[in-house]
Amino acid sequence: MGKNNIQVSLIGNPNTGKTSLFNKLTGLNQKVGNYPGITVDKKQGVCNLSSKNKAIITDLPGTYSINPTSLDESVVLKVLENPTGKNYPDVIIVVSDVENLKRNLLLFTQVQDVGIPTVLAINMADEMDKKGISIDVPGLEKALETKVILISAKKNTGIQELKSVLENYKVLKPVTNFSEVAKRIDVSFFDALQKVNPEKPLYHLWLSATQQSFRDVNKEDLSDFLDDVSKLKKYQHKETIYRYQRINNILKENYNLDKSKAKDLRSKLDKVFTHKIFGYFIFLSVLVLMFQSIYEWASIPMDFIDNSFGSLVEYTKSIMPEGMFTDLLTDGIIAGIGGVVIFIPQIAILYFLIAFLEESGYMSRVVFLMDKIMRRFGMSGKSIVPLISGTACAIPAVMATRTISSWKERLITILVTPFTTCAARLPVYAILIAIIIPDKKVLGVLNLQGLTLLALYALGFFTAVISAYVLHKILKIKSKSFFVMEMPEYKLPSFKNIIFTVLEKTKTFVVDAGKVILAISIVLWFLATHGPSSYDKVEEEVREEIVLSEFSEEEIAQKIASKKLEKSYIGIAGKTIEPIVKPLGFDWKIGIGLITSFAAREVFVGTLATIYSIEGVEDEGTIKERMEAEVNPDTGKKRFNFATGMSLLIFYAFAMQCMATLAIVKRETNSWKWPLVQLFGMGILAYVSALITFQILR
Amino acid sequence: MSTIASLKVGQVGVISEENEHSIPLKLLEMGCLPGSTVELVQIAPLHDPIYINVNGSHMAIRKEIASKIKVTNLES
Repeated sequence: MGKNNIQVSLIGNPNTGKTSLFNKLTGLNQKVGNYPGITVDKKQGVCNLSSKNKAIITDLPGTYSINPTSLDESVVLKVLENPTGKNYPDVIIVVSDVENLKRNLLLFTQVQDVGIPTVLAINMADEMDKKGISIDVPGLEKALETKVILISAKKNTGIQELKSVLENYKVLKPVTNFSEVAKRIDVSFFDALQKVNPEKPLYHLWLSATQQSFRDVNKEDLSDFLDDVSKLKKYQHKETIYRYQRINNILKENYNLDKSKAKDLRSKLDKVFTHKIFGYFIFLSVLVLMFQSIYEWASIPMDFIDNSFGSLVEYTKSIMPEGMFTDLLTDGIIAGIGGVVIFIPQIAILYFLIAFLEESGYMSRVVFLMDKIMRRFGMSGKSIVPLISGTACAIPAVMATRTISSWKERLITILVTPFTTCAARLPVYAILIAIIIPDKKVLGVLNLQGLTLLALYALGFFTAVISAYVLHKILKIKSKSFFVMEMPEYKLPSFKNIIFTVLEKTKTFVVDAGKVILAISIVLWFLATHGPSSYDKVEEEVREEIVLSEFSEEEIAQKIASKKLEKSYIGIAGKTIEPIVKPLGFDWKIGIGLITSFAAREVFVGTLATIYSIEGVEDEGTIKERMEAEVNPDTGKKRFNFATGMSLLIFYAFAMQCMATLAIVKRETNSWKWPLVQLFGMGILAYVSALITFQILR
Repeated sequence: MSTIASLKVGQVGVISEENEHSIPLKLLEMGCLPGSTVELVQIAPLHDPIYINVNGSHMAIRKEIASKIKVTNLES
């Protein structure tokens, strides 16, 4: 209560342990929001400094320079642009790692020149001895005119000192050395630039002239300077070179590296991990291990969740009065939420493994190995990460494409990622496979159902790659394929960081998917229990029709319910599309499932559950049993026979049924064109493939 | 004249100041400066991209860019 808030921004290169420091300072006291207007996650946390002060810490995306080359990186400039902005920092911490101090100081000098008090935290200081590095901290402080703190987020050293520097940030003065750099580049150019607005710092004028996302000064006022783009580019080159010259002079006196002491783990491991045979072999093994563990490790908690939700449904049914609202609650909402919760173990394990591979530095080696191969399909080595993440959920995967700097490569990756088998397809796959594929062993050890699932994964992946190739040949987009990637030192990942990432991403998935399912269940329930005027007459009509037959009261009730569903709004919708889906082997009830699946695939199972329960086919038993009991009135045989089941599987493998992904693609590509291409392209492919499958198998 | 792309694995050179404007800004910012020593650490199995070490900064770049950056004073 009543504490002073100090706004702090964390800025630094990737792989400096910036996020570890953020986690150390804020603990679990953090939340993820959005910056206004852009989709980049804003990570913010609170750190108590003393009884009087607390720091509101914003973790900005990692970047090598203030000049952004991606959306993520442009956030840094956005935050520094506006002194009246909500996140404008009182003090900035630039985080460097001890080994790459030189490169990090470039970013430091750029940030410092903006004119906000900036301190330098040199992380991983515990490794200095091992690496043969010594730093003259007071000398560095003098040269950079600020506080320099050696810290180790891992070993928890220097954190208290950093906190007390933050608390006393008022003693730090804003420092800017830009005018010296400017003088060396072109005196008259920068004099003229300053005259545009003598009130503003020269560096702000320069950033406004060169950066899209920095508008401290009106672009119109600068129009005289904006015409000669090549000159601006040339001056940016010079600026960088002069900054490095100054940094080199500073480091010559204050930084010493004894090469004889340095142990080079990196080059030894690189020889193995990027080897032309072992490299691929190891990558393949890692992938196999990943998927193996997703199924092996996840099956125990998944069974537990499945049983728990099953009992919850039973329990709720036993304490609530019978009726449609109870059905909505149990079969719609609880079962629907259960359908999401059950994927937490798999998603969490997948995120855990991806985070582990990224943090350890191994993922960069995979990108290096795969770049040339992926380029043949119009993608980048960096597309590997989205394609693997896509097996959990396409949404974070689409966002992970931001590291790809070539627009064409990035676009293709975004377009094909939804083909990879995401977790939302699993409930549909699982239930259909359980119904149509016998639970048998082939060749003694391999489970036929498991093999089918594996084949569906392979199908998704190959479809992604082949469509990428087609897009690569069709799309006429000229874009510079600029590719540069740091090959970081290998390190043992911080368990805490990984857990934080897993928690955050899993939470987002559950909350987002949960919201959709809840909304759909309620809307669906309403549409299935209401209808146009003829709906109300159903009961009379049915009773008139069967007045002479000898049906039991129970059977009559069932007939009424069934007829009512047919006449409800959703029944009408399903009937309307029935002619279109009939050639695929689907009836109007599956049609309803397809309609609701456009919100999210996993809704399919819940939808069928809701429909069958409203219809009251059988009040007991699981969704699977109800589906198995469903009869095709035309043939008198099971509705979910092999042909229909396969056709549905193929349809779900290809169709773009996820509004959330479409929305993200729209935001990431900044146009409706690409999500529509996905929706219709994948839709047509799904329809045609399912049609062929059913017609061959029937 | 040699470029980074024409180095052999393990070979070291110095980035030339000639033609320095063809070095993309992003690479400059990551430490690929004229006058820096550059070592070719590894070539990817399909001959592209390449893995270099510039003054302690380890990075992977594609040959396309590497072939635009001239190097002098080769040693092996």
